[in-house]
Amino acid sequence: MNPLTEQTRASMAEIIHRYPHKRSAIMPILHLAQSVQDEITPEGIAMVAEVLDLTTAEVNAVATFYTMYKRSPVGKHHIGICTNTLCALLGGDAVYDAVSERLGAGHNQTDVDGTFWLERIECQAACTHAPVMTVDWEFMDCQTPASAVEVIDRLARGEMVVSTRGPAIRDFQATEHTLAFPDDGLAGEGGEADAIMLAGLTVANQRGMSAPPATAQGA
Amino acid sequence: MTPLTPVITAHWDVPDYFTLEGYKRHDGYRALPKALAMDPDSIIAQVKDTGLRGRGGAGFPTGLKWSFVPQNDGKPHYLVVNADESEPGACKDVPIMMANPHALLEGVIISSYAIRAHHTFIYIRGEVPQAIRRVASAVREAEQAGLIGDNIQGSGYNLRVTVHSGAGAYICGEETALLDSLEGRRGQPRLKPPFPATHGLYADPTVVNNVETIANIPWIVNNGVEWFRQFGTEKSPGFKVFAVSGHVNRPGIYEAPLGITMRELLDYAGGVRGGDGTVKFWIPGGSSVPMLTADHLDTPLTYEAMAEAGTMLGTGTPMVFNSTISVVKAVTRWLEFYKHESCGKCTPCREGTYWITGVLDRFEHGAGTDPDMKLLEDLCANITGRSFCALGDAAATPYPAAMKYFRDEFEAATHTPVDETYPSAASYLFTELAPR
Repeated sequence: MNPLTEQTRASMAEIIHRYPHKRSAIMPILHLAQSVQDEITPEGIAMVAEVLDLTTAEVNAVATFYTMYKRSPVGKHHIGICTNTLCALLGGDAVYDAVSERLGAGHNQTDVDGTFWLERIECQAACTHAPVMTVDWEFMDCQTPASAVEVIDRLARGEMVVSTRGPAIRDFQATEHTLAFPDDGLAGEGGEADAIMLAGLTVANQRGMSAPPATAQGA
Repeated sequence: MTPLTPVITAHWDVPDYFTLEGYKRHDGYRALPKALAMDPDSIIAQVKDTGLRGRGGAGFPTGLKWSFVPQNDGKPHYLVVNADESEPGACKDVPIMMANPHALLEGVIISSYAIRAHHTFIYIRGEVPQAIRRVASAVREAEQAGLIGDNIQGSGYNLRVTVHSGAGAYICGEETALLDSLEGRRGQPRLKPPFPATHGLYADPTVVNNVETIANIPWIVNNGVEWFRQFGTEKSPGFKVFAVSGHVNRPGIYEAPLGITMRELLDYAGGVRGGDGTVKFWIPGGSSVPMLTADHLDTPLTYEAMAEAGTMLGTGTPMVFNSTISVVKAVTRWLEFYKHESCGKCTPCREGTYWITGVLDRFEHGAGTDPDMKLLEDLCANITGRSFCALGDAAATPYPAAMKYFRDEFEAATHTPVDETYPSAASYLFTELAPR
């Protein structure tokens, strides 16, 4: 595990400057600690407490409330499969079962060599793209059991996998760093809206529909 | 037939629309100079006159909310954008942030100016890094172009915008829990009153608005009240970014005037997929609002008509389920979600969701009993209205709604496991089995 360094502490200070009250910086700062150590460790809690002038109990209270902060090493990749009602019933349950079997891991467990963390996730705000999977929280939309297992196989072989609406997959810690410092140069990846996001605009264009133009008496 | 009316989504097919240049090429940031030349109070009045209602679920009139902020009180004011979209079924704010972050940002600048805020936070759920990147990148572009920062376009108005990443908690979509979370605490709701308009972030006057609500603002300032009110009804004016999901042939984003019907949206979305081709049940706006059936396909999707039908417009993101879906299974899964997401602050919600899932699990396995139905009814009645926030009420919603229309399925689940009556694979969007 990587140690937290003076560089980490300096980055935490940088995050604090975004907020009028420094305690507000705790969530991105915890993401940063997790990006270095692959989990929230006692060492991470101590450093966060120190830079924010909080007790370790206060930091622990926050770190244990939010499900994205993990208390054991996640490994190289976090695999999320939505098993909330809509995704689950439209096939997410089968996708989860297939991936779980492939990894030999259950909910919030890693595979035997600690490379993949599997999690049944709640609604990912992508119901139009069901069944939804995430790899290191990047969208992998519209999965089937076979396609999801193929994603795992390719990641296991070190091959490039590209998010369906985002960048090429890096690793869990890289995404955690993005959550602390979001302007990471990857915003353009994934390009314009996909066919599902354009479904209505496409129909509107086909049928010659549009919103009424601004009227002359507009403000 | 109500036509589709792309406004916010009109240029989503432009490859670089999510960049400052792409947005500006299609009339972006034209509302901003107009707004900065106006008196802040007249912007609030204009938004009030449009009748725009919050698009996050509750439908509270936006201009009215803004007008509750005490002006010239010498305190800092804050705008907080609720971009914590996590309601099961809701998937329209994340697409807006990915495809149209600058419309959100232009709305942020104008709205902040109107309520006299100088620091705005955009609280985005942590599980959607690409949406966070797009908004953060838009903020940097806007800063570099002098659209955010000090003395914006020579107006003397200053604004800072901070993009904040959440960390996985549905409850933070509740506005006071969001504020606690943004203050660096566990995301638990506050007692209201006092309301955020007077005691919000850091106990200062704060407006919390949904992404889509704020994204409406540039078009309102540009095109005016009359233009806006051409869309929708008297009580539900405007257009809506509907996200249609579930058993439809073309799931996706459909922008249309409020008042369009589910039958019309279904037609645009290519009709029902699978099963016997009919809608078994559908939910107009997130799992927290009661389900409807095929009998309600012609009910206008407005705040008032949905209320009359016994439900709510909610987030305006209909989920459609075909004949293969077990209502018992759907309700059980939703309750597992509420159990998982209950923040634990209020006993009825924390304990109630735990007990409800236990009883529902019996039904799923064909082992429910007649007294269990009554027990579930009691449990729901003991949660409703007895918790600080709407999560408790929401958790008590799916079961009574399901019983209203599908009591027979719960009766059948007293002797037959749900999986026998409704084999799971029949509902899947794929036909393959798990690979071996």
